[in-house]
Order: sequence, then C-alpha cells, then structure tokens
Amino acid sequence: MQFNSLSEFFAMGGYGFYVWLSYGACAVILLGIFISSKRTHGKILDDVKSQIAREARIKKAKEQGL
Amino acid sequence: MWKWLHPYAKAEKAYQVCNTLMPYFAVVAVIGLIVGWTWGLAYAPADYQQKDSYRIIFIHVPSAILSMGAYTSMAITAFIAMVWQIRNAELAVIAIAPVGAAVAAIALITGAAWGKPMWGTWWVWDARLTTMLILLFLYIGVIALYHAFEDKGAAGRASCILAMVGVVNVPIIHYSVEWWNTLHQGSTITKFDGSAIDSSMLYPLLINILAFACLMAVIVLMRLKNEILEREKHRPWVRNLVSGGKNAV
Amino acid sequence: MKTHDSYWRLFSSIYKKDLTLAFRQRSEIINPVLFFIIVITLFPLGVGPEPNLLARMAPGIIWVAALLSTMLGLDKMFRDDYVDGTLEQMMLSPFPTSLTVLAKIAAHWTVTGLPLVLMTPMFALLLNLESEALTATLLTLLIGTPLLSLIGAIGAALTVGLQKGGVLLSLLVLPLYIPVLIFATSAIDAGAMSLDYSGQLAILGALLAGASVLAPFAVSSSLKVSVS
Repeated sequence: MQFNSLSEFFAMGGYGFYVWLSYGACAVILLGIFISSKRTHGKILDDVKSQIAREARIKKAKEQGL
Repeated sequence: MWKWLHPYAKAEKAYQVCNTLMPYFAVVAVIGLIVGWTWGLAYAPADYQQKDSYRIIFIHVPSAILSMGAYTSMAITAFIAMVWQIRNAELAVIAIAPVGAAVAAIALITGAAWGKPMWGTWWVWDARLTTMLILLFLYIGVIALYHAFEDKGAAGRASCILAMVGVVNVPIIHYSVEWWNTLHQGSTITKFDGSAIDSSMLYPLLINILAFACLMAVIVLMRLKNEILEREKHRPWVRNLVSGGKNAV
Repeated sequence: MKTHDSYWRLFSSIYKKDLTLAFRQRSEIINPVLFFIIVITLFPLGVGPEPNLLARMAPGIIWVAALLSTMLGLDKMFRDDYVDGTLEQMMLSPFPTSLTVLAKIAAHWTVTGLPLVLMTPMFALLLNLESEALTATLLTLLIGTPLLSLIGAIGAALTVGLQKGGVLLSLLVLPLYIPVLIFATSAIDAGAMSLDYSGQLAILGALLAGASVLAPFAVSSSLKVSVS
C-alpha cells in the first residue's frame, strides 16, 4: 500500500481531481454502454414475447369465431 | 481446411458461440479490473516525476491501444463481410463500432485529465491526441451511417465499406499528423522513455490492458447478440429461445 | 482495340454529359467559387487585417476554404443521376462501374476544383501571399483538389440513397481529408520560407495515384449498396 490513510488515497498527492475524474469518466462510460446493451437485449426479448402472445390471441379469437 | 468455420455463419450458431464465450471473458474482465485498478491505484509506486497523477496511465494506455485495436478488428470483420458475404460479420462491425467509440472517448478524456496537471492545458495538438480524435470521428461516422439507412442490410454493407476506407486512412492520418506536429512545434509529450517503465508499474498496466480487452469483448458480444436477435426476430429459433425452449409456434 | 476505344468513349461521353449539365445550370459552377470567395473574405475580418498574420495563415485559409467548397458540390455528384434512374442504367451497362465513376469524378473536379485553382492567384493577393508561396499553393491545389473529389466521391456514393445525406456526408468525408490538408499546407509553409517542398508534393502525388486507383472501386461498391 502506497498510502497511509484513506484521505491520502483520495487526495492522490494533490492530483486527486484528475485521477478520479479519469477513473470516474471511464467507469461511467463503460457502465453506460454495458447497461444500454443489457437493456436492448431485454427489450428485444420482450418484443418477441409480446409478438408471440399477440399471435396466440389472434389464433384463439379465430378459433372462437369459428 | 476452413470448413469447421462454416456453421458459425449461421445466426443461431453464432448466437450460441457468443453465449459460450461470454462468461470466460466476463470472469477475466471482472477479476482483471478489480486487481488491476486496486494495484494501479493503491499499490503501484508513485512515479518519481509525475507523482500520483501518472496513475491515469492504467486506464489511458489500455483505452488508447484498444481503441486502435478495435478499429483494426472492425475493419478486418468488414473485409470478411464484404468478401465472403457473411452477414454475421456485418453485424459484428455494427457491434464493435459503439464500443470502439466509447473507448476512444475514454482515451481522450483521460488524456485531457492527464494533460492538465502535466502540460498545464487540457488539450494539446499532439500527434497522438489528434489521431485519437480523428479515430473517434471515424467511429462516429460508421455509427451515423448505419443509423441513417432504413434498410439495415444496406446499412451494414455501407458501414463495412466506410470502415475499410477508414482503415486505409488511419496510418496516413497518423503519420501526417505526427509529421505536421514535428514541423510546427516539436513534440511536447513527456512519455516514459521506451522500456524505462519499471516492472512494478508494467505488471498492473498489462493486467489492465488484458481486463479492458476482455471487458470490451463482453460488451461487443452482448451487442452482437442483440444485433443477431434483432435481425432474426421472426425466426423460429428466436421464438423457442424466448419461450424457454418449448415449441411455441 | 475495339473495347479500348469504347471504354474511352464511355468515359468521354459521361464526362461531357456531366459538364454540359453543369454549364446549363450555372449555379453549380458559380456557387462553390462564390462560397470560396466569401469564406476567404471572412477570415481577415475575423482574425484582423495585419498583413504578416494573414500571410502566415493564408495557406490554411485557402485550403480550408477549398475543402469546404468542394464539399458543396459533392452531394450533387450522384444525386441527380440517382433520382432520375440514370445511375442504375449506368451500373447495369456491361462497362465497369468504376470507369463511369471515374468520369463523374473528373467532371466534378473540372466543375469545382479547377475554378478554385484558377482563382487562387487573386486570393493570394488578398491574403498577402509571397510569390514563392503562391507557386506552392497552385501546385498543391492542382494535385490536391482531384484528391478531394476522389475521396469525397466515396462519401457521396455512400449517402446518395439517403434523404438527408448532407450533414452526414461532411461527417464521413472531412476526417478523411485531413492528410491532404496537412501535407498541402506544410508544402505551402515550406514554399513561403523558400525551402524545398518537393517531398510534400511527392506525397500528395502518391496519395493521388493511390486514390485514383482505389477510390473508384470503393465508390462503385458503395453505389451498389445504395442503389440495390
């Protein structure tokens, strides 16, 4: 461990702002793209699901109509 | 000889491969990032000249290297897509582009945040920074072109052509910018001279590069899966997948 | 012998057709030149009229203005032929599409690039450029503007089928123009300091040779994507 205390760790020898800015930006961007990809995945699956349900409903309605 | 590769041109098979590969990359990425960031932030010794500000290197260098690497792999995939007419490769181009753009943006932001304490300004028209900025523009061009088309098949092929045109230009742009820079103002970058980087800093750096690469692979695979699903929405295999293996249709 | 002859006839007839069309609607020729003039007039108003400063900035100003004014005509390069279906017929013909494309690029250069080269001596006076720098500017423009048309044609072909291709076109093409800009302006800088600039010219020439071989293929395959 290069730092004696937690506050020293966050200060980064006076460069804290720049170091944490870079790490923070990196984490935010990567997390953002990760989460958005995850969400798109869920959305596509939901779309397909609702499409299947819709077709099933139409089929059922047709059968009842007959 | 290459026959074993042929089944992977099928969307369903490619989807399965993505699923198989993803956990391995994810594990390496998570472990690597935890180890790499803690080591880099807390345990690696401070640089004698740049003090603690050099710790930005542990994300700046991986993102810079890998944004270039992602562009090259995107262009190779584009070449495969155009020459052998493999649609999955087209989809991979579209999957890589946003990830590459994000990583190029990270490289630029971290570069600026490192430049402020070291050179005194957020931005220097240094050869590497400028090349990275242009690389970001090229990525954005590919993404914008893809989204401009209504017909996604044409969009994929157009993006492939643009990716290939771009990769011819990247080296020319890089050397022209480097040359322009040396002609105008002389290099201002203070880099670690060659192999002068100590092993106590090199190992966490390598771990971070590996972890970054695996993380990018995970995200690219996720996006590739999305693209495949989106294109194959109406196919039976997707329906089976959604309805949990039961034969729904 | 016969096919060689007809290749040449294809090239020249497309070239002539495009030129005739451009001369019929003069605005296509005049607008880029006017734009060029206006951009060059704006710079001294923006940065101040000191002769030394202007002479220092002249190569950059002239080249950025040239880049922007060639961008103006790019959008039209394939658009009209695409809209009325001529482009599709050209691509269905037994001749290689890259040859057709090359003829159209040559016509585009004659309409937008050549007038800029011819107008440059006048702007050199406005911007206080030395005569050595003027020679360099003329030479780089002469080699560089066809290069701009060639690279720009790729972007134009990719966006021809799109409704709002204009802004996208500049996003795609301008990053690819950067090497041309850099080598051309550094040649002019070297010329202004009475240094040898044959190296920069040679690189520009090499880029032109490479682009005139490769760009028609890229353009014709992107046209195939856009037209299909």
